[in-house]
Amino acid sequence: MGSEEIAALRQTPLHALHIARGAKMVPFAGYDMPVQYPTGIIAEHLHTRAKAGLFDVSHMGQVALRGATAALLETVVPGDLAALPDGRMRYTLLLNDDGGIIDDLMAIRFGGGFQLVVNAATKEGDVAHLRARLGASVGIELIEDRALLALQGPRAAAVLARLAPGVETMPFLSCALVEQAGLSLFVTRSGYTGEDGFEISVAADRAVELAERLLAEPEVMPIGLGARDTLRLEAGLCLYGHDIDETTTPVAAGLAWAIGKRRREQGGFPGASRIQAELADPPARRRVGIRPDGRAPAREGSAIVDAAGTLIGEVTSGGFGPSLGVPIAMGYVARRYSDPGTALAVVVRDVARPARVSPMPFVPTRYYRG
Amino acid sequence: MPTLRFTKDHEWVRQDGDTVVIGITDYAQQQLGDIVYVELPAPGTRVEAGKEAAVVESAKAASEVYAPVSGEVVAVNDVIAGDPAKVNADPMGEGWFLSVKLDDPKALDGLMDEAAYAAFVAEQG
Repeated sequence: MGSEEIAALRQTPLHALHIARGAKMVPFAGYDMPVQYPTGIIAEHLHTRAKAGLFDVSHMGQVALRGATAALLETVVPGDLAALPDGRMRYTLLLNDDGGIIDDLMAIRFGGGFQLVVNAATKEGDVAHLRARLGASVGIELIEDRALLALQGPRAAAVLARLAPGVETMPFLSCALVEQAGLSLFVTRSGYTGEDGFEISVAADRAVELAERLLAEPEVMPIGLGARDTLRLEAGLCLYGHDIDETTTPVAAGLAWAIGKRRREQGGFPGASRIQAELADPPARRRVGIRPDGRAPAREGSAIVDAAGTLIGEVTSGGFGPSLGVPIAMGYVARRYSDPGTALAVVVRDVARPARVSPMPFVPTRYYRG
Repeated sequence: MPTLRFTKDHEWVRQDGDTVVIGITDYAQQQLGDIVYVELPAPGTRVEAGKEAAVVESAKAASEVYAPVSGEVVAVNDVIAGDPAKVNADPMGEGWFLSVKLDDPKALDGLMDEAAYAAFVAEQG
C-alpha cells in the first residue's frame, strides 16, 4: 500500500490510544483500525468470554433520523418497528427491491424517534439509500461527532455499573441516556460477541476519557478487530459483505426470524413478494454452520463439496474458534445439505477435507435475561 | 558445530552433516500472531528450494513456509501439528517444522548468517 492510501485512511477518536497501547493497525472499511494488541487475538478473545473486553467500533455508522415514523421506516426494512416500544432496539435489514440485503443494522427507538447503527463500509451508501427512499420529510444524518465503544463479556455489566449505576439491570436490547460523572452516554445493552454487554455512544472529544476509565478497571482489556471477528463467528453472527450481501435474501441467510409475523403476512417492504414466496418454499441455498473434522481452518472462499466431490456451496466466513479450540466456519450450501450433522467436505489447498453441518451459535450466547 | 542460516522469507535452517532442520524465525511468528494450525509434508516426499514446504495458519490467515533448500523430508515435528502454539512459544527450538536430507551439502552457502539476518529484520521496520 502506498503512503497516499495510508494517509487517506480515517481515524477514530481513539486512534492515538490504540497506537499507545501497541496495537497492530490495519485498514478496515476506510479506517486505520486495531486488529490486535500485543496480547494477541486468542488471548483477547478468551478474555472477552471470561471477563470484559473494550472494542472501538467508532467506525460504524450512527445515523440520526428526524421525523421518521415507524410506518415510513417499515417501507425500507422488514422488521416490526410499529411494535417496538420506546427505549428498545431491534436487529433488522435494509433490503433492495429483490429482497437482497443492502445492510444489516440495529434500529433504536428512543425519545419518540428512531436512530440506526449500521456497518462502517456501507454507511455512506445506506444514508444515500434512505434519503432516496424516505423522502425530504425525514432528516437523515450520519453522526460524525460521537464515538462508539463496545464493552462485552460476563463482567461488562459490573464494570460499567461502577461508572453508571443502574445499567446492570437494563434489559437486553434496551437503551438509555446516562448522565454520569460529567459524561453524557447513550447506552444500549447489545453487542456482536454473543456475550452480555453494552455499546456506548459518547461525544468524540470525551471518548478517550471514557475508554481510559473503562480500561483502568481490572477486568477490562482492549480488544481488536481480529478477536471481534472470532467472537462473532463463534456466536454465529453474520458479517456484512461476507456472509450476507445484496445477492442474499434474509431467508437464505437464516435471518427470517428478523421479519415480524405481522410483516410476513402484510408485506410492504422491499422484495416482500420474493421473501414471502421463499418463506413458503425455501430457496435453493441456505446459510449453515460448518465444523471441519480436522484441524485445518476453512477460510472465506473455500469450496464446499459432497462425498462425490460435486460443488454444493462456498464458505463465507471461517477460521479458528478460540473458545472451542477447533476450526469453525459458515457458508451457503444447497438446501438438501443444510440439516445439522450432514456430512460434506471443505476444499482447502486443493484437498477435500471432511466436515459436518453444525447448529449455530457454535458457542452458547449469554445475553442478559434479567 | 551446526551451521545456522536464514532466508528472506524468515525461515531458519540448521545444518548438521548432510541433514538440516527447518523452522520459522521469531520475527515470523511475531508477524503471524497466534498460530492455530500447521500443515507439514509427509516424510519421504521431496521439497524444492524456494517452493512451498509447509503451511502455517494464524488466527487471521494462512501463509506458506518455503523450503530454503532442496532434498528429501526425513522427519516432521508432530508436536506442532498437535500443539501449534509451540511455534509461537519456541520457534527456534520445540517449534521446528521439518528435517531434510540435503541434495547439495553446500546448499546453505547463499543464505544469511545470524548477523546478516538481524540486519535484514531491522530494515523491515
